[in-house]
Amino acid sequence: MKRPFDVFLAVAAGLMLAFLLLPLLALFLRVPPGTLLSQLGSDVARDALLVSLKTSAIAHAFILGIGTPAAYLLATRRFPGRDLLVTLTELPLVLPPAVAGIALLAAFGRAGLLGGTLETAGITIPFTQAAVVLAVIFVASPFYVRLGIAAFESVDQSFLEASRTLGASSRRTFLRVALPLAAGELSAGSALAFARGLGEFGATIMFAGSLQGRTQTLPLAIYAELDLNFDVALAVGAFLVLVSISVLLAVKFLPSWTRFTSTSLFAGAPSRSS
Amino acid sequence: MDSLYFDFTLRRRSFAVELALELGEGAFALVGPSGAGKTTVLRALAGLLRPDEGRIALGHKVWFDSAQKADVPPERRSVGLVFQDYALFPHLTVAENVAYSGRGGVAELLDAFGITALAGERPLDLSGGERQRVALARALARDPDVLLLDEPLSALDAHTHAHVRGELREILEGLSLPTLVVTHDFEDAAALTERVGVMVDGKLVQTGTAAELLAEPSTPFVAEFTGGNLIPGDARLTSDGLTEVVLDDGARLLSTDAGEGRVGLVVYPWEIAVGRTAPLDSTQNHVQGAIASLVPVGNRVRVRVGPLTAEITGASAERLGLRTGDVVVASFKASGTRLVPLA
Repeated sequence: MKRPFDVFLAVAAGLMLAFLLLPLLALFLRVPPGTLLSQLGSDVARDALLVSLKTSAIAHAFILGIGTPAAYLLATRRFPGRDLLVTLTELPLVLPPAVAGIALLAAFGRAGLLGGTLETAGITIPFTQAAVVLAVIFVASPFYVRLGIAAFESVDQSFLEASRTLGASSRRTFLRVALPLAAGELSAGSALAFARGLGEFGATIMFAGSLQGRTQTLPLAIYAELDLNFDVALAVGAFLVLVSISVLLAVKFLPSWTRFTSTSLFAGAPSRSS
Repeated sequence: MDSLYFDFTLRRRSFAVELALELGEGAFALVGPSGAGKTTVLRALAGLLRPDEGRIALGHKVWFDSAQKADVPPERRSVGLVFQDYALFPHLTVAENVAYSGRGGVAELLDAFGITALAGERPLDLSGGERQRVALARALARDPDVLLLDEPLSALDAHTHAHVRGELREILEGLSLPTLVVTHDFEDAAALTERVGVMVDGKLVQTGTAAELLAEPSTPFVAEFTGGNLIPGDARLTSDGLTEVVLDDGARLLSTDAGEGRVGLVVYPWEIAVGRTAPLDSTQNHVQGAIASLVPVGNRVRVRVGPLTAEITGASAERLGLRTGDVVVASFKASGTRLVPLA
């Protein structure tokens, strides 16, 4: 006999799941899959895909290239103000995207903080692809840095110390020990940041606009096609759902997959002692 | 070969580690209860911790000097540090671990430590004893001028402990560089090294051979902390099922424990009786000799006779009228002994 509370828990979980899945299912069921595929081939969708891929790739290169050493520093060094710094890098996680957009304009816009400097250098950022890249970096990098700090913190300090006492410089220790040992969790963070960047909407539309073939990314294309061609919007939406599912799977399985246990598939649990 | 000299102060939360030692060729064991600051000493020598003041030097090479503001980073100090949990890189194979310092000679080292067959294995798949050998090979691959071992036997289960200890002793005897072993176990220290220093609350309270510390503890703590006599000898099985241990001076002792080859006979001081003549009782081991020292420890007295230290009550010592130089017989039962392999 079930207790009422158990029934309540099951009903709540069922409702939650139904509510989350229904819209996603609707995306795929509203028009036949063939239509979805052919709409993905439309000019708008193709342009948006190219813009998204290009800007996401550039932004992601920056996020990995700068975020990784930053996360390593914050994870392995203790200095005054470190906690404040970590908190600041997390701020964009909770910042409303519209605020991110207006803040980027305030910084890099023509009348912004750096606007004059950039203008004399002949650089215009707002409403260009560079603006898309900056917006993506701004909203997505905290995901990577946050998880990167956790990834490096989970590498036992004694491995890094052992490397040093074996004659390796701190640079070599980072490359040969810290990076490979944190790789699994770093890739999970990288996948999350990539997904967040790919879906970026609010800051991009304010800071970069929505010019087809220039700054119109996939999410912006959905918004733009809503009134013009609903099927295109649906197709792009369905495509992004598939990308999101792959990212989720990657995040779930990457860390264990790279756990350097190639000779033993069963030694998955980390056996480092403190 | 340069000797390692250090004299430094490193303040911890509850006490300061203050230590001065000069280590020449051969192994020295720093022994003390956990939390005494032993690991702190190793980390400071390796450059992983910075002392508050003092000096660390290898021969003429200064590694740390607070007066000169010198502090050589760990990778430029020629130390081999074997971590307590070995800290073998889990993502590299045994061979890659040993090759990590990039000095070459990996094949020879793998061979010398009997781990050639494990070259392609990952550390996670090794036993405790194998991991220790890999860790030692990796530390020595750098061709260090100083070897530091942090609790080298604590990561092992009781079953392999004595065996690996014997192996480690042999390896340490074959090295000719200053070696500092840290352990919380006096018997391990006695088995591994000639010289032992007892460390309490960050300070060295007494140094000497294990036998000296046992016979003449400078404080009740040292007396408490030192375990049993550990007397090396060669073991062979006798016809009556006991093991006979022939000591290096030719004396013969009996043990109910099984053993073969080079062993250490362990007997606790309180298992040994002292008399003017050999007693007519069940004890089978009688060692005659002059009393080398008589050291009171609380209400007891430690009496050193030949290779043995006995602990008897102060009243007994009084009654027998024992004086240094008196010839006495130390007796103990074969069943009161234990044999541990030394090689």
